[in-house]
Amino acid sequence: MTPAMRLVMAHVWVAIAAFAVGSLMAVMQALSRAGVELPFRSAELYYLSVTAHGVLLALVFTTFFIMAIGYLVSETALGRIRGTVYAWTGFWVALTGTLMTTAAILSGTSTVLYTFYPPLLAHPTFYLGATMLVIGSWLWCAVMIYSYRDWRRVHPGERVPLPMHGIMTTAIIWILATSGLAFEVLVLILPWATGLVEKIDPIQARTYFWWFGHPLTYFWLLPAYVLWYTLIPKVVGGRLFSDALTRVVFVQFILFSTPVGFHHQFTDPGISGGWKLLHTFTTYAIMFPSLVTAFSVIASLEGAGRARGGTGRFGWIGKLPWRDPFFASVALAMVTFAMGGFGGAINAAYAMNAMVHNTAWIQGHFHLTVGTAVTLTFMGFTYYMLPRMTGRAIAWPRVAMVQPYLWFGGMMLFSIPNHIAGLLGMPRRIYTGDFQGVEAAQAWIPFTNLSAIGGVVLFVSAMCYVGTVLATVLTSPEGERETIEYAEALATQPAAPLWDRFGFWTAVAVVMIAIAYARPLYHLHTMAWYGSRGFSPF
Amino acid sequence: MAVHIDRYERYWMWASTGILVLFLAAIVLTAAVGSAHPPSHVETIDPEQVGVHGEFASPGVSTADGRVIVSLRAEMYVFRPEVIRVPAGTPVTFRITSPDVLHGFQIVGTNVNLTVAPGYVSEATATFPRPGEYLIVCNEYCGLAHHLMQGKLIIEAPR
Repeated sequence: MTPAMRLVMAHVWVAIAAFAVGSLMAVMQALSRAGVELPFRSAELYYLSVTAHGVLLALVFTTFFIMAIGYLVSETALGRIRGTVYAWTGFWVALTGTLMTTAAILSGTSTVLYTFYPPLLAHPTFYLGATMLVIGSWLWCAVMIYSYRDWRRVHPGERVPLPMHGIMTTAIIWILATSGLAFEVLVLILPWATGLVEKIDPIQARTYFWWFGHPLTYFWLLPAYVLWYTLIPKVVGGRLFSDALTRVVFVQFILFSTPVGFHHQFTDPGISGGWKLLHTFTTYAIMFPSLVTAFSVIASLEGAGRARGGTGRFGWIGKLPWRDPFFASVALAMVTFAMGGFGGAINAAYAMNAMVHNTAWIQGHFHLTVGTAVTLTFMGFTYYMLPRMTGRAIAWPRVAMVQPYLWFGGMMLFSIPNHIAGLLGMPRRIYTGDFQGVEAAQAWIPFTNLSAIGGVVLFVSAMCYVGTVLATVLTSPEGERETIEYAEALATQPAAPLWDRFGFWTAVAVVMIAIAYARPLYHLHTMAWYGSRGFSPF
Repeated sequence: MAVHIDRYERYWMWASTGILVLFLAAIVLTAAVGSAHPPSHVETIDPEQVGVHGEFASPGVSTADGRVIVSLRAEMYVFRPEVIRVPAGTPVTFRITSPDVLHGFQIVGTNVNLTVAPGYVSEATATFPRPGEYLIVCNEYCGLAHHLMQGKLIIEAPR
């Protein structure tokens, strides 16, 4: 194994371990909401496991897997990873932080959910560990930027390879996102959690959290887009539809990912409606690059399907390699993302949001987006990457072939009922949907039951994935390594150099963030606010 | 700047832009004409005084200028008052705050859905056309008995 591959695989293992633990907690939660009396079931354990599930899947699994994709792309598309020492330092810092936060959660002293809204107060270790996870990921960002600049020095005037363009975009979005989180945790929460400061303002903290929380979703999504754009056309035997337009899409994400956070705070007091409306506009703007992605990627697939002999309006669809787990994962991820995207347009709707805010609809929504569009893409990518990294063929090809379909089916069963239950008023994140037998809650029962079945199917799929990966590295003999090849573009006209100017676009993004946040934050900090002591009701 | 764009993709991009503009136009129009805004009341209050004096120390229903005002306290793990009675067909303004952590205030089956934060007063106004009964739930995690936090809203026929 080359040093670069060792680095990639170290991150992949942490991601998969977090995924396995988080999945086990997930199935218990789905069953609990349906009122299934599992052994050791208790409200304490339920909320503890919701916290652990959120942290381990939404933060640890995603971040480590994304760092792995970044190193892989840097190595294969640029032919270099510069600053390997920093990369490994980042890995160990992030892993230590993950273990600290996980220990804090499992000890029962930090049941604050992964959003940790003050004045809920966790053990300081919880915040310190999360901080270290983020610092580790910053070192990853530094290594990505350093590697890119090193490549740029030798290739002045050339277009950066498209996969690395996407990874640079991801790293920039992450830096913009985590600057809000860093302020929340380092300036507001840690002094308060350690007793240096007595009080904290919950709305200020929430505002910084959602400065981070929405670009976080694009930090998850963009590496998946990189795989959709740059690998999948090659896997299905086609070409990327347009290299130049893809760069434009990525740049739009740099610009619009962050100044949108108030669409998570529509129901909050203390922020006036005008600012919420402004964030509504930017939120709808960020849907545009995803709509373009839908066209470009599907056009690439259509080209490949026709090259494989597909005819007629839809004949090309059947010619695509539906038995290839990577392709199947991505295709199903895209279908799911289309559903999640339209749901997202409803969440982002200024006034209509009140119908769905904090209801079960929301957990239905993000299990379609991060829980499937991103996660299923990453799982499918594992089947593609693992043989190419280790030289070992996938050990259980039939299990790998079925697993994405199981995930998709399980997610439909889980997610659609959650959307409906949410519209019927069922809140999210509740130990039981029973509400002491009150009549209005009776309507939710069929949907919590269905979503529990979905949860079980998802768990089976998750275990198929983890089992196949383990069987591959433990039992499959080491053979020839195939190389990772990126798709060539159909249109050969190169993009203007402007779309590779990351520094410039980052500066524009910073200005947009300032416009969206400076005035409302100034107001939140300077008006007469009282603050709150910490509470740990767990 | 120029990027070559395929003809069909151009059509698609115009259609996408059209859809997004349409969505935004619907939002702006309903906000401007129908006053469809999210709850965005800006008013602060000392959370440690909430239960001691002022309207939230004795929460309940009051009337002012033909409007019905409901002052509420959301606290672990109960809404005070637990049962609210208001007349049908009259605008009802809910004013609510918390002495402890964040809570949610969601009247199931309506579009009244508020985040309740200590230090702030949240406000929403709604009119309930017909007599009936609604479940109120807390939809923001507030501790281990979060799922037990509920209230009742009874809409009475106007006298």
